[in-house]
Amino acid sequence: MTRRAIVNKLMFALCGLAAFLTVSTLFLILAYLVYNGGTSISLDFFTKLPGPSGHPGGMANAILGSAEIIFFAAVIGLPIGFFSGIYLAESADPWLPAIVRYTADLLNGVPSIVIGIVVWTVMVVPLHHFSALAGGVALSLMLIPITARSTERFLLQVPRELREGALALGADKWRTTATVIVPAARRGIVTGMILGIARISGETAPLLFTSLNNEYWSAGFKEPTASLPVMIYTHAVSPYADWHRQAWAAGLVLLGLVLVGNITARMVLTQGAKRS
Amino acid sequence: MGKLAAGVTRLFAISILAITLLLVIQLWLHSYEARQKFGLGFLTSTLWNPVTDEFGALPFLYGTVITSFLALLIAVPLGVGAAIFLAELTGPKLSETLTFLVELLAAVPSVIFGLLAIFTLVPFMRNYVQPGLQRVTGGIAIFSGHPYGVGYLTAGVILAVMTFPFIISVSREALLAVPREQREAALAVGATQWEATWDAVIPFARLGIIGSIFLALARALGETMAVTMVIGNNPSIRASLFAPGYTIASVIANEFTEATGDVYLAALVELGLVLFALTIIINGLAQLLIRVTTKR
Amino acid sequence: MSSKMSAKNVSVSYGPFQALHDVTLDFEANKITALIGPSGCGKSTFLRSLNRINETERDTRIEGTITLNGENIFDIDVTEIRRRVGMVFQRPNPFPKSIFDNVAYGPKINGMLTGTTAEEAVESSLRRAALWDEVKDKLHDSAYALSGGQQQRLCIARALAVNPEVLLFDEPCSALDPIATARIEDLLVGLKEHCTMVIVTHNMQQAARVADDTGFFLLGKLIEHDKTDLIFKNPSKRETEDYITGRFG
Repeated sequence: MTRRAIVNKLMFALCGLAAFLTVSTLFLILAYLVYNGGTSISLDFFTKLPGPSGHPGGMANAILGSAEIIFFAAVIGLPIGFFSGIYLAESADPWLPAIVRYTADLLNGVPSIVIGIVVWTVMVVPLHHFSALAGGVALSLMLIPITARSTERFLLQVPRELREGALALGADKWRTTATVIVPAARRGIVTGMILGIARISGETAPLLFTSLNNEYWSAGFKEPTASLPVMIYTHAVSPYADWHRQAWAAGLVLLGLVLVGNITARMVLTQGAKRS
Repeated sequence: MGKLAAGVTRLFAISILAITLLLVIQLWLHSYEARQKFGLGFLTSTLWNPVTDEFGALPFLYGTVITSFLALLIAVPLGVGAAIFLAELTGPKLSETLTFLVELLAAVPSVIFGLLAIFTLVPFMRNYVQPGLQRVTGGIAIFSGHPYGVGYLTAGVILAVMTFPFIISVSREALLAVPREQREAALAVGATQWEATWDAVIPFARLGIIGSIFLALARALGETMAVTMVIGNNPSIRASLFAPGYTIASVIANEFTEATGDVYLAALVELGLVLFALTIIINGLAQLLIRVTTKR
Repeated sequence: MSSKMSAKNVSVSYGPFQALHDVTLDFEANKITALIGPSGCGKSTFLRSLNRINETERDTRIEGTITLNGENIFDIDVTEIRRRVGMVFQRPNPFPKSIFDNVAYGPKINGMLTGTTAEEAVESSLRRAALWDEVKDKLHDSAYALSGGQQQRLCIARALAVNPEVLLFDEPCSALDPIATARIEDLLVGLKEHCTMVIVTHNMQQAARVADDTGFFLLGKLIEHDKTDLIFKNPSKRETEDYITGRFG
């Protein structure tokens, strides 16, 4: 073989190795988490409150708390993101869409800990309470740009003929959007929303100073509330071995939820592609 | 009716601008005491003493930059290499499947990376990688000192794993967007497949690839949980990559709820402001570069 | 007359689709052969087999033999065959580099710069492509600063720089205006002393103007191949006559 042929083979082999290494990381993580989490999980995990070291309980309050925080985030973030996405895809305004689009991408890249600080200043400080609601607001700020951009993307994928077909029948632009374009793109839009929820449900940093944490059931949405990610953090950095096992169990549950969300989203999309 | 719909959606869209503006204003207002007391010296001071109310950002800036740099050092060759493999060497089916797996990796929450890192990566670094590096290099300055396991290097490694999915998926898109004629032009004068990739395809996609690296950099700079769990929490500047350090995001995560006193809190918010500015600039560049390549 | 390149019983399929059926065709040295026919007739597929560049597409299967100076091209290293059988594409595709670097690229990677400098190689290729006078003062400008016609001549210069024995053109003028097209056609005729050429075109006038021989393809088959005059004035097959007189296609 000539030198050039050897370089050719070698470089592509190295690229293949890089791909193998990166993809295998996922399986390594899954395997390790399933092994450690699987041996730590029990029915108690889903039904009991956390206990002190030596008296392992469960994380029922954190599971409920996470659900509550994500619910607030979705109720606030999804509509704002959705309608902003419609604006980005459909508006005929001259320069505003480009600015909003760019800003949404920047907002999406803002470190989540910074979002946590800001929500602390606007919600926790004036209300004098860490709360599930503040946590939900923090996560919603992350959900908005994600939903906006994915909604926009899927609206723009609707074939032009469909749009023109409706307009040709005399429907005005916004009626066309509401009755033809959005329904045609609904699978994609829902996919984007599921992915967004999956993404924020694992976020920890924005919750540290908004919903804080709670060893017990939360006294209400205006009170400090436990969440799975924060629980994983506090248990993992603790010195107790039995708390570590609880962290593994929580990690497995959280990752399971996130991956199920991602795979569901994927399936919603590919099923739609097959049918149309 | 049409006017109303246009107006309502515009209002929602403007809320995105308002939120971003709110971030800037709040960070600016709530860092007032620290900005007032330390001025620009905040960025260059290495002192971090809550007891005497003296605060400087340099150890955290240093830790943030050095861990992100280490992350890119590992993630760029791996990520770009994998992207080349996925774009140039595999069929569309396999490429899509592998890319989906890589994107799943990007979906793994930060705190789970941290959990795994504490119990697997840290002992692995302490027992094998760090002593190994010391033996091979003879313990030069950057690899000197006691191998604790936690520290800059370990944080860099975990950041690399967390950022290469971004490099892979964005670079792959950029490579796939290169017109086939570019590759064929090189092949037609007798280039090997690798030469065509390296000389024709990659230069054509270079802005997108650089954009993906900037994107990864911005992620690494702002990454909080995983880093906080393995960085070692030590606000000082050390030459050794094995030394425990601190990053902006992790000091905020650790000290914010325990900060007593207005100046202390304001100093932490100002750190947040610095981090915000840093990531906005890097991200802004990344988005511009990616836009240029995908438009062409 | 000797044939420079010849194809014997060449069939090509992409996956389950057979794009080319059993084509046998000789190319005479230092002549221009035009391949004409309606779109989708397999003429480009055939052309892309001659330098084995369609092997880069997925699931491509080529049967039959193609020889260059009597040697089977499938027995020669693929990079070697592509150097000896050059190609110019439908749309100008210069690299995003300087004019100089575009032309020097081929000689550089093929290690052809021993005994001659890159400057000499670039100048002689640009002269042969009739582009030298227009670009000699801006060799280090981006190739994208050139007009479409100039870019296409740059691509021809890039192909000539590795001294190919055969040069393949895949509808080289379809993206150009009539004036740029005329310049390229003149250029092709002048290049006959350097190499053998094959040009795919959907423009029959172009075939009539530049080609010595013409082959007519239809539905993946070579219907007829002869001197260009004969094909246009007195085709022997009914299908050829229909196509040329514009009754279909």
